[in-house]
Amino acid sequence: MSLNIENATVIYPGTDGRPPTEALQRINLTMDDGDFVVTIGASGCGKSTLLNLIAGFLAPTEGRILLDGTAVEGPGADRSVVFQKHALLPWLNVRDNIEFGLMLQGHAKAERNKVADHFIALLGLSGFENSPVYALSGGMQQRVGIARALTCDPKLLLMDEPLGALDALTREKAQELILHLWHDTGKSVFFITHSVEEALFMGTRLVVMSPRPGRITHQFDLPFSQQFLEGISARTVKASPDFIQIREEVLAIIFADEEAV
Amino acid sequence: MKDKHDKHLNATPPAKPGLIARLAKERPTKPGEIYGVPGSGDTMMLSLATIAVLLFIWWLITTMGWIKPLFVPSPQSIVAKFISVWQEGFTGSPLWLHILISAGRVFGAFLLACVIGIPLGLAMGMSPLIRGIFDPPIEFYRPIPPLAYLPLMIIWFGIGEASKVLLIFLSVFAPVALGARSGVRSAAIEQIHAAYSFGATRWQVLRHVILPAAMPEILTAMRIGIGFGWTTLVAAEMVAATRGIGYMVLSASQFLQTAVVIMGIIVIAGIAYLFDLLMRLVERKVVPWKGKM
Repeated sequence: MSLNIENATVIYPGTDGRPPTEALQRINLTMDDGDFVVTIGASGCGKSTLLNLIAGFLAPTEGRILLDGTAVEGPGADRSVVFQKHALLPWLNVRDNIEFGLMLQGHAKAERNKVADHFIALLGLSGFENSPVYALSGGMQQRVGIARALTCDPKLLLMDEPLGALDALTREKAQELILHLWHDTGKSVFFITHSVEEALFMGTRLVVMSPRPGRITHQFDLPFSQQFLEGISARTVKASPDFIQIREEVLAIIFADEEAV
Repeated sequence: MKDKHDKHLNATPPAKPGLIARLAKERPTKPGEIYGVPGSGDTMMLSLATIAVLLFIWWLITTMGWIKPLFVPSPQSIVAKFISVWQEGFTGSPLWLHILISAGRVFGAFLLACVIGIPLGLAMGMSPLIRGIFDPPIEFYRPIPPLAYLPLMIIWFGIGEASKVLLIFLSVFAPVALGARSGVRSAAIEQIHAAYSFGATRWQVLRHVILPAAMPEILTAMRIGIGFGWTTLVAAEMVAATRGIGYMVLSASQFLQTAVVIMGIIVIAGIAYLFDLLMRLVERKVVPWKGKM
């Protein structure tokens, strides 16, 4: 998998006499196989717009998005999206939600079952296959959403603040789970978050964006997820001096952006 | 500060507040209840008591002879009338046939309105083209009372079954179609995006996301629609009907058979209520997730 975003600019037309907004200004970003790119930035910096571009929900005003050399022209099964919330289907049980993508693609029931069984076990949802999704906790609902996104074996997993609605404890557990999944499946992940700590802990690369106009201002290569996967506990990684130093640096950038509003 | 605090703690609680004070201010709840939920509390006993009191007053004023039976017959005489009409029929037809024919008209019109109205409403929600075409006529006729266009129905479709069913159909059609139309908006954009990102076609998104998400609103619209259907029944049976509950009520009123009028009204109310219970049951079965996500 290789993703190339070349000079992507998004301009929202002005409505009611207001001037047009430049949501993204000449974004250049490259992702290679197995990358875990985390995007962070003050609100209004265009993180979600960027994700929508990659997902194919939005066409750039200028520039282009290339996935394995082919221009993205709409959503497709090679990119799965995990949303913050409201994306599960409450009229389906856990298993049918996980099989939803495979069902849409016309796979036979037996095959769907087999794939779903694998991900139900992988995400610790065994025993809840037949539960209605609305009866699950927020953390379990998000695991269903992740399982559903993985069933179709996407090249790229797009995660739009997937842990934003979870409580702090569940969130830390979910971070570890996603890192293990990423490591085991070798998927490339594009991940949006509001939490600097989460961004630093999860990503192999951090992309910091600034608002008005939305653009990439800083990029950092990160060693922390690797440290965690080598067996150092998450709390130890997050409490290390290196981690704290870069955390404060990134926070300072974002706070400066917020204050500039 | 401390003095004030102590004083506050030691103050004797005020006497049980009066009704006005209780209406003005929410009281603390008991454990297991949530503070401040508007109108919380069970009303079953109070509702039953209200019915009992109304029946008692009805019985009292009729039995004491305060009002002539011509105006308000006694509850007993209504029951007696029901039994006699059930056994002997009304204007040559047994009561069950009147009920069956009226129910046939209402449910026939209702089914027709659902079969046409729900797909059309969904199409209006999905397509600006179809919405643009059908919105003006529906919005034009929707607020008009069926009695107002009843004469047109007779002129156009005669005095047979067609104009009766059509009149009821029209009264059910608008709320059902508009309910389905606004139900299209029920699906969260994330649900729709998720489906598209699996490569779903527009048709699949409609079938597997938008339609199920719209079901709660469609079912509510059906409940409202059938309510309109029953309200229109009597108007529909004003047209040269010889059978039906609405006809029975109308013709009994011309002969000042007040007991039959009231009995007919209660029968209509009873059937409508039973059907509403059935719809609520269907709602619980079909959309148990309603309001939960």
